[in-house]
Amino acid sequence: MSILVGKDTRLAVQGITGREGAFHTQQMIDYGTNVVAGVTPGKGGEWAVGNTPVFDTVLEAVQATGANTSIVYVPARFAPDAIIEAADAGIDLIVCITEGIPALDMVQVRAYLDTTGARLVGPNCPGLITPGEAKVGIMPGHIHTPGNVGLVSRSGTLTYEVVYALTARGIGQSTAIGIGGDPIIGTKFIDVLEMFEDDPATDQVVLIGEIGGTDEQIAARYIAEHMTKPVTAFIAGQTAPPGRRMGHAGAIISGGEGTAAEKIAALRAAGAQVARHPEEIAEMVAANVSLA
Amino acid sequence: MNLHEYQSKRIFANFGIPIPEGIVASSPAEARDAATRLGGPVVVKSQVLVGGRGKAGGIKLAKTPDAAEEAAAAILGMNIKGLTVKKVLVDQAADIMTEIYLGAVLDRARGRVVIMASSEGGVDIEQVAAETPEKIVTVPVHPFLGLRDHQARILAEGINLPKEHTRRFTAIAKSLYNAYVSSDASLAEINPLVITGSDLLAVDGKISLDDSALFRHPDLAELRDPDAEDPSEQKARRFGLSYIQLDGEIGCMVNGAGLAMATMDIVKLYGGSPANFLDIGGGAQADKVAAALRLILADARVKAVLINIFGGITRCDEVARGILDAIATLDVRVPFVVRLVGTNEEEGRQILSEANLATASSLADAARKAVAAAEGETA
Repeated sequence: MSILVGKDTRLAVQGITGREGAFHTQQMIDYGTNVVAGVTPGKGGEWAVGNTPVFDTVLEAVQATGANTSIVYVPARFAPDAIIEAADAGIDLIVCITEGIPALDMVQVRAYLDTTGARLVGPNCPGLITPGEAKVGIMPGHIHTPGNVGLVSRSGTLTYEVVYALTARGIGQSTAIGIGGDPIIGTKFIDVLEMFEDDPATDQVVLIGEIGGTDEQIAARYIAEHMTKPVTAFIAGQTAPPGRRMGHAGAIISGGEGTAAEKIAALRAAGAQVARHPEEIAEMVAANVSLA
Repeated sequence: MNLHEYQSKRIFANFGIPIPEGIVASSPAEARDAATRLGGPVVVKSQVLVGGRGKAGGIKLAKTPDAAEEAAAAILGMNIKGLTVKKVLVDQAADIMTEIYLGAVLDRARGRVVIMASSEGGVDIEQVAAETPEKIVTVPVHPFLGLRDHQARILAEGINLPKEHTRRFTAIAKSLYNAYVSSDASLAEINPLVITGSDLLAVDGKISLDDSALFRHPDLAELRDPDAEDPSEQKARRFGLSYIQLDGEIGCMVNGAGLAMATMDIVKLYGGSPANFLDIGGGAQADKVAAALRLILADARVKAVLINIFGGITRCDEVARGILDAIATLDVRVPFVVRLVGTNEEEGRQILSEANLATASSLADAARKAVAAAEGETA
């Protein structure tokens, strides 16, 4: 069933009555996602888009509807509590779209989630999609098509660009997951690589990284030691100046660490093929498909 | 957002970290007055938000108030890496015996704040990390526990701190962690922390704040130095745009940070150089698009503009309308290359067809055309 989301997903939307929450809930329902509940404190008992019942707490939503996944569209100052609330209510997978959460709040959230069984994707991410089954995020659903390529990325639109190019060549995707552009995130490249390696529906993997931090280097080590499926990578930010935050809070070269060059070198050394620009990713993936 | 040395040290002092007595001055006369009040030799230090102040001549020792006035006259107005010095910090000179480093930073891989100490104080910690990494000791701090005494002792031991200073060092390390967390910093460092006889003193310091947390620190947000930020970047921030000026000649307007970086990279790949990073964000309306184009066109170095929009939440027709609005109100003298893909791309292309702009279907094609246009060739 690909990874993390699919036909078994029962989604609760945290912040369903907000502008973003309402809009994207409708989009997810239109795509075929099983949205079972919404949560907005103080609006329990009301009905939101798509005749979705609204609850005051995630716990009530889980008890009444059996929700197993949640998506968070709550503003940055309330989002850390929304994530912890979902974990406490027994949600397995929490996807946080919210951008601009203070880093030290995420340090606390991560430390707390480590004591629970919940997995967090994001924050500051587009979410994830298993084409033809479920979309838990804000990506345009129509550009995707079911298939066997797994995508994992720190970016949003850059991923859509690659998905679009793949679909245009008739190459489908198993699951496409945006892990987020913040310095502290719940799910990292290596977590997703491991899931794709174990997923029978995935034949090859695309990894889209960017400057800042060392997660791509850690991923490279994992690829060298554990991956049997081919990995095609791209790193954005080769022309980014050091010390400047390139849009994403986590996209910054600091203290000489986190440059595109070192990430590309690490991935190449690990046996991944590294594309020079986004459209080349699709060419490389297509070449792998015709080899298989 | 970066704080000046004097601002950072005041925060340290509020958390109980000993700092030299100091007074901020913005004229040579004020510096003289400050030196008189402090008594004894002083250090006159330029307050600009760049590294390498000492090497640039922006830090001078002055033994008398006369000398302090002279030093301030030399430093004030000085240009250090493009920034003009408007303030100096006049600090009582410390009797330095040994210099050490103590810092707090977010370790992204571990998801923890780590406290770092090094016996090599007074030099860039990046340099120490590159040349003698064994001289840096770090401990990760659990957010629910805070920095524990034994962790501070591990640091003290690791840098061979003389035992008589351990207790004071432990208190300073814990104060530094508390200052870091309480101000939502992304970096807080004391460099050097000096041993002066029987005391420890934070002679120089630096704090960078997490911009995402400024909403809960209005007092700290006020400390922003407008001079440290490019005026066009300030303007961009007011429009909710993420913009960074570079020195190339192809202006780039893109939606999404990752795609914006990839667009700059492909411009370079095809032999051009990007003039800026610009992310208009998701769901941008026509007015925001027009504001973004105005920013790009205000840069005299720009010889061509590359617009790359992947419509998801962002609608291509909205972007197209914004482009037309901007063109109608601005004196546009440089060629545009536009690529619109995704939501409402057909409508977007139709709107643009009246404007007679070069369009491209693929990103590679768009980059090639933009580079050619900047070189004055017909695409």
